[in-house]
Amino acid sequence: MYTLPNKLKLFAIIFMVVGALGMVVGLMNAPGSKEEVKEMLANQEAHHGDSSAHAEDVHHDEEHVYHLYHQLQNRPWSAIYVAAFFFFMIALGALAFYAIQHVSQAGWSPVLFRVMEGITGYLLPGSIIMFLLLALSVFGINHIFHWMDPELFNPESEKYDYLVAGKAAWLNTPGFLIRAAIYLAGWNLYRYFSRKYTLKQDEVGGTHWFKKNIKISAAFLVFFIVTESMMSWDWIMGFDPHWFSTLFGWYVLAGMLVSAITVIAMVTVFLKSQGYLEYVNNSHIHDLAKFMFGFSIFWTYLWFSQFMLIWYANIPEEVTYFVSRIEDYNLLFFGMVALNFVFPLLLLMNSDFKRVNWLVIGTGIIILVGHYIDVYVMVMPGTVGASWYIGIPEIGAMLFFFGLFTYIVFSSLTKAPLLAKGSPFLEESKHFHY
Amino acid sequence: MASKVIHALYTDDDVLMQAVKDTRKAHYHIGEIYTPFPVHGLDKAMGLAPTRLAITSFMYGVVGLAVSIVMMNYIMIEDWPQDIGGKPSFSYIQNMPAFVPVMFELTVFFAAHLMVITFYLRSKLWPFKQAENPDVRTTDDHFLMEIDVENHSVEELSKFLQDTGAVEVNLVDKQE
Repeated sequence: MYTLPNKLKLFAIIFMVVGALGMVVGLMNAPGSKEEVKEMLANQEAHHGDSSAHAEDVHHDEEHVYHLYHQLQNRPWSAIYVAAFFFFMIALGALAFYAIQHVSQAGWSPVLFRVMEGITGYLLPGSIIMFLLLALSVFGINHIFHWMDPELFNPESEKYDYLVAGKAAWLNTPGFLIRAAIYLAGWNLYRYFSRKYTLKQDEVGGTHWFKKNIKISAAFLVFFIVTESMMSWDWIMGFDPHWFSTLFGWYVLAGMLVSAITVIAMVTVFLKSQGYLEYVNNSHIHDLAKFMFGFSIFWTYLWFSQFMLIWYANIPEEVTYFVSRIEDYNLLFFGMVALNFVFPLLLLMNSDFKRVNWLVIGTGIIILVGHYIDVYVMVMPGTVGASWYIGIPEIGAMLFFFGLFTYIVFSSLTKAPLLAKGSPFLEESKHFHY
Repeated sequence: MASKVIHALYTDDDVLMQAVKDTRKAHYHIGEIYTPFPVHGLDKAMGLAPTRLAITSFMYGVVGLAVSIVMMNYIMIEDWPQDIGGKPSFSYIQNMPAFVPVMFELTVFFAAHLMVITFYLRSKLWPFKQAENPDVRTTDDHFLMEIDVENHSVEELSKFLQDTGAVEVNLVDKQE
């Protein structure tokens, strides 16, 4: 049995406290009214010391102030949303990877089952947080989803948006919440039963629970691939309601899987270094690193497929997505492609490097940072536009959710023995070598 | 120069693997092993140096990438610029995304084909090449281990090989 080291607990709690402070500071510092924004702009100009040159712009046209006000108000909420989604997506990706292991009856992975179950332990808390955040948007506590403004659907209003109104069958708040509840309930039910069955399997042995697990895993994967795609439209593509991409679900899935596998590899290496997981050998690490490499390439393939078709066709309502990212987020947008493609490609190409623990951890950190920025660049342009900045709210939210994730994952690892001893493929997994 | 070698034949790859390990432990020198199919882990058991084929493949891939960049620059930018989809091709960098599929394909093409050709050259395989297998059964269901006799006693060596599970042990004069 694994026990949560006190140091790790303290480490996670410190991250949570510091992160929570950052989030609170971020929410408090968001401007409370348009007047504050005007004042801020005036101060900025005075600071530059050339207010006379801008004499005619001083009245700052109302529209600009209005937009800036909303963007600055959205910023701390978007930062929380990005962090909450990123860590939630890791747990969900690990769950999908875990289900694939069951369905394919993989022989190499049973010694890693408990690590994966530990990571999916974050699914339930992560789901609750995501649902709360979505509900806060629906009930108007924050306005990060632009389409939730009812004025857009009102033909009388001057804000009436023909394109968004045309999507009212999908983009409506009751449907949005009901769908979210269905996705989350389905995923969590699978996690609950699959975990229960593997524990039962350990107790009684045989193949009864093993077979049951295969069945529910197969059913889950079918449910997952549909709902994951719909979730990506709802929870991420919805930030740019005019824009659409038919492979967006795959794109989010690829990022999700590569992050999840990276975290599985990192937690495995960490536990191994603490003297646990005696049956995990460097061939298991090698296999995980192969998946990290493969899914990084797959992610890049989808990133490029999405980019090139839209870039080449150059249709205005499609290309805006990339225009705003290239103009306002240039370094992050292209930098994250380099982090997510070039580094894994070159660092993990060599077969021997995939067995070197510190290289797997190092590349893993690069991949996780890259995919965090990827989520950031997917969300932010639709919520804060050009007024983005990586400051206290962003870092605070990241630290908080990192701490929470670490705490929950490692405490759920303590709840069962680290070896799923009932798995019929356990012997094969113990002797796995490449 | 003629040298004496012993051919030990096996009928099972697991037995062969164990025999290879035992033979090396007993400090006999294995000249070559002929098998009807690739035996996983045999190269490591024989103590062969790891293959450098992967490194050549990487270099070929880099060559392919470079060729595609130069080629697309010549075709699409220098020689015959065209205006495709409102994107006049007067600048390489601005048209680069359209060339990425070509870059990818040529990288794979060069890496794969040149690697296979290198493999053939390195293994001395070419059309009409005479087979090197000393025994035709190694193309069917037998595994043949060739051990250099050197200055060991033939009798002792034969006895040792029989004990490792060889179904047949032959002393052969090898013509170099």
